[in-house]
Amino acid sequence: MKGPPQLICNVRLLDPASGYDGPGGLLHQDGLILDAGPSLFHAPAGFTGEVMDGHGLLLAPGLIDMRVVLGEPGAEHRETFKSAGRAAAAGGVTTLIAQPNTDPVIDDVSLVDFVLRRAAARSCVRILPAAALTKGLRGEAMAEIGLLAEAGAAMFAHGDAPILDSQVLRRALSYAKTFGLLCAHRPQDAYLAKGGVMHAGEFAGRLGLRGIPAAAETIGVMRDLAVAELAGGRLLLDMLSAEASLAPLARAKDKGLRVHASVSVHHLALNELDIGDYRTFSKLSPPLRREDDRLALGEALVSGLIDVVVSGHDPHPAENKRLPFDEAAFGAAALETLLPGLLRLHHSQGAPLLALWQAAALRPAQLLGLAQGRLTPGAPADLILVDLDAPFRCQAEQLLSKSRNTPFDDQLLQGQVRRTLCGGKTVFEREM
Amino acid sequence: MDLDSFEAQALLDRADVFLTAPQISVENFLPLRGRTLINLFFENSTRTQSSFEIAGKRLGAHVMNMAIAASSLAKGETLIDTAATLNAMSPDLLVVRHGSSGAAQLLARKVSCAVINAGDGQHEHPTQALLDALTIRRALGRIEGVCVAICGDVLHSRVARSNVSLLQMLGAQVRLIGPPTLMPAGVEQWGASVHYSMREGLPGADVVMMLRLQRERMEGAFVPSQREFFWFYGLDPEKLALAKPGALVMHPGPMNRGIEIDSTVADDPAVSLIERQVGAGVALRSAVLEALAGQASVSR
Repeated sequence: MKGPPQLICNVRLLDPASGYDGPGGLLHQDGLILDAGPSLFHAPAGFTGEVMDGHGLLLAPGLIDMRVVLGEPGAEHRETFKSAGRAAAAGGVTTLIAQPNTDPVIDDVSLVDFVLRRAAARSCVRILPAAALTKGLRGEAMAEIGLLAEAGAAMFAHGDAPILDSQVLRRALSYAKTFGLLCAHRPQDAYLAKGGVMHAGEFAGRLGLRGIPAAAETIGVMRDLAVAELAGGRLLLDMLSAEASLAPLARAKDKGLRVHASVSVHHLALNELDIGDYRTFSKLSPPLRREDDRLALGEALVSGLIDVVVSGHDPHPAENKRLPFDEAAFGAAALETLLPGLLRLHHSQGAPLLALWQAAALRPAQLLGLAQGRLTPGAPADLILVDLDAPFRCQAEQLLSKSRNTPFDDQLLQGQVRRTLCGGKTVFEREM
Repeated sequence: MDLDSFEAQALLDRADVFLTAPQISVENFLPLRGRTLINLFFENSTRTQSSFEIAGKRLGAHVMNMAIAASSLAKGETLIDTAATLNAMSPDLLVVRHGSSGAAQLLARKVSCAVINAGDGQHEHPTQALLDALTIRRALGRIEGVCVAICGDVLHSRVARSNVSLLQMLGAQVRLIGPPTLMPAGVEQWGASVHYSMREGLPGADVVMMLRLQRERMEGAFVPSQREFFWFYGLDPEKLALAKPGALVMHPGPMNRGIEIDSTVADDPAVSLIERQVGAGVALRSAVLEALAGQASVSR
C-alpha cells in the first residue's frame, strides 16, 4: 500500500555520504528516500505527487545523537520518552540512543524490550537503547551482552562512571566482540577526578572550587586504549574533553585499533569561563575545559580523529541545579541546542558543514549499523530543513525538554531547524 | 571582591573612626535604627558572627542570629529555601556564611536585601580581608609598599584569596608560602610570589599572616603529619626571625597552637596583632553595615 511520493524542492542539499553540498531536491515515499540530487531542484515535468517548497533552506539528514540520558524509567520528572522525543524533533535529532543509567539500570533483556516498545509508542523520533556493559553499572560483572544485543540494544555504554577494574573492562570488551556492538566507556581516573566539580586550573583556584585535572581523563584514555588493544573489540571513548587525550587516540587509530571517540557539543562551543559567576548550568561531566582544549577538540572533530559529536543530554530539574556549585548536579539538557551549538564551529571557525554532518549523522549511523544519517536512495526519510543563519537568543525557559538546564541559556546562537521529518512524516515544524 | 581601592580606603577610614570612638555610636548615632539584620550561619563561627552582631546592635539594628548546622538539614535546599523564607520577612541586611564556594552570590540572586558574604567555602571572606588591611594600616601607618607573607593552607583558605586581591589592590606586596599540596592550581598567576619554604619566603616580610590548617588535612592527605607541618611551616620565634626585624604576626583565628603557630609568638604583644584583628573586626563590620544601610535607604 503505497502513499503518494513527496518532493522537497528548492533546497540546499547536504549529503555527508556522497559529499554533495549544493542546490537540489529530494523525493521520498513511504518513509524512505527514493532519490535526491540537483535534478530535483525543480519538480520534474509531469510529477503528480505532493511538492513542498524548501525555500532555499538546507535539507540534510536528521542528526543521530548517541548519548542521551533520559529519566524514564525511574525519574520521569527529569525527562520521559515523550518529552525527549519532542525536544529531539525540535532540535533536528531523529535518532537518539538512550543511556542505560536509569532506575532500574538497562541491564536486562526485558528492560531493553521496555525501552524499545515504550519509546515507539510515545516518542515521535527513533529512540534506541544502549544497554549496560556491566550488571547494574557496578563495574564488577559483565551484563548478558549477547542476549541484550539480540533483544535490540543498539550499543553498550557505562554511564558516567568508569569501570575501575581493568580486568572487567578487558573481558567485557573481549566478550562483546562476538556480537559486533560498540562499547562506550568514559575514560577517567576516578582518584584524580574524585571530589572535583570543574576543570582544575587557575579559574577553579580563584573560585575556590575543587578541580578535575585534564590528566584524569588522559590517564583514562591511555588505559582504555591499552585494554582495547589487549582485548580487541570496538571501544568508543565517551565524551573527550581534553586536548591531551587526542595524541594517544591518534596513535591508537594509526595502529589500526578499532577505537573511536565522541565529544559533546558543549565541549566544542563553550569553555571553563562559561561557569562565570558559579553558573551551575555549566557544571558538566567531563568538565568544560580551557579554550585551547575547545579549539583542539573542534579541529579533531572536523578532521575525523574524533568520530562523533553527541549532545550529552542530561536533564536535571531546577532543584538539582539551584544549589551552591559544589552541591549541584552535573549535566545539561542539550537535545535542542546540539545543532545550533555545533553550528558555532561553522559560523565562527569555518568548519565545513559536510564535516559536521559526518560527525553528527553519518558516522554515528555507521558505528551503529543504521541505514539513516545519509541521503542515499533506500535510506529512511529522516530529514531536517534548517535555516542555517537564523539568529536567536537561547532562552532556557522556552526549551521543550522537561528540564531546562542549558549552559547556552541567554547566549546568542545561529541556526534553527524549521522542519523535522522522521520516516517521511513531519514531526516538528517551526514558523518562520 | 568587587570593591575598588577608593571604596576600600573609604571603608577603612570609616572603620578607623568607629575604632577610635566606639562609645559615641551608642548614644547619638544609630544609622541602622529600625533595620533588621539577620546572621545566617551554615558553618560555625565565633568571632565573625558575634562581631557582626555587636556591630549591628551598636548601630541600632535588630539583630537575629540563625545558626543552621549543615548536617541537620539537607544542605543545598536549606540555603535556597531558607533564603526565600527570610526574604519574605523583608530583612534589610543578610550576613551569610556557607561551606560552599559561591553560596553568597547564589543567595544574593534570590533575595532583595543587601547580602554580606561572611565566608563562602574556599572562595572569599571579604570582611576578614578588610579588617586585616585595617589592622595592618593602623599598625604600620600604611599598606602601600608593605610586604605581607601569607603562610600555610592557601588552597583551602578563603581568607587568603580575599587578602591577596585586597592587599594587592591597596599596593601591598604579597607572598604566598606553603607546601605545594596546599597551593591552588594557577596560583602563580595571582600576582603574588609563591614560595614553598619559610626560609625562602619570609626574608624581608613586614607582616607574617598565618592561615588555619584544618585537622583532617594533616593526616597524610595533604601533608604527612602535624609535626612535620609544624617543623617546616609552623611559625615559631626562629622562623619569625627570618622576616624583617620587628615583623608583625597575624592570624584570622581560630588558631591551632603548636600546628601552624607557636604560642610564644601568638601571645607576644610585641609582635602579635591577633587580638587587634578581632577588635578591628567590629569596627570594620560597622563601617560595612553602615555603608550598605545607606545604599538600602537610597534604593527604597
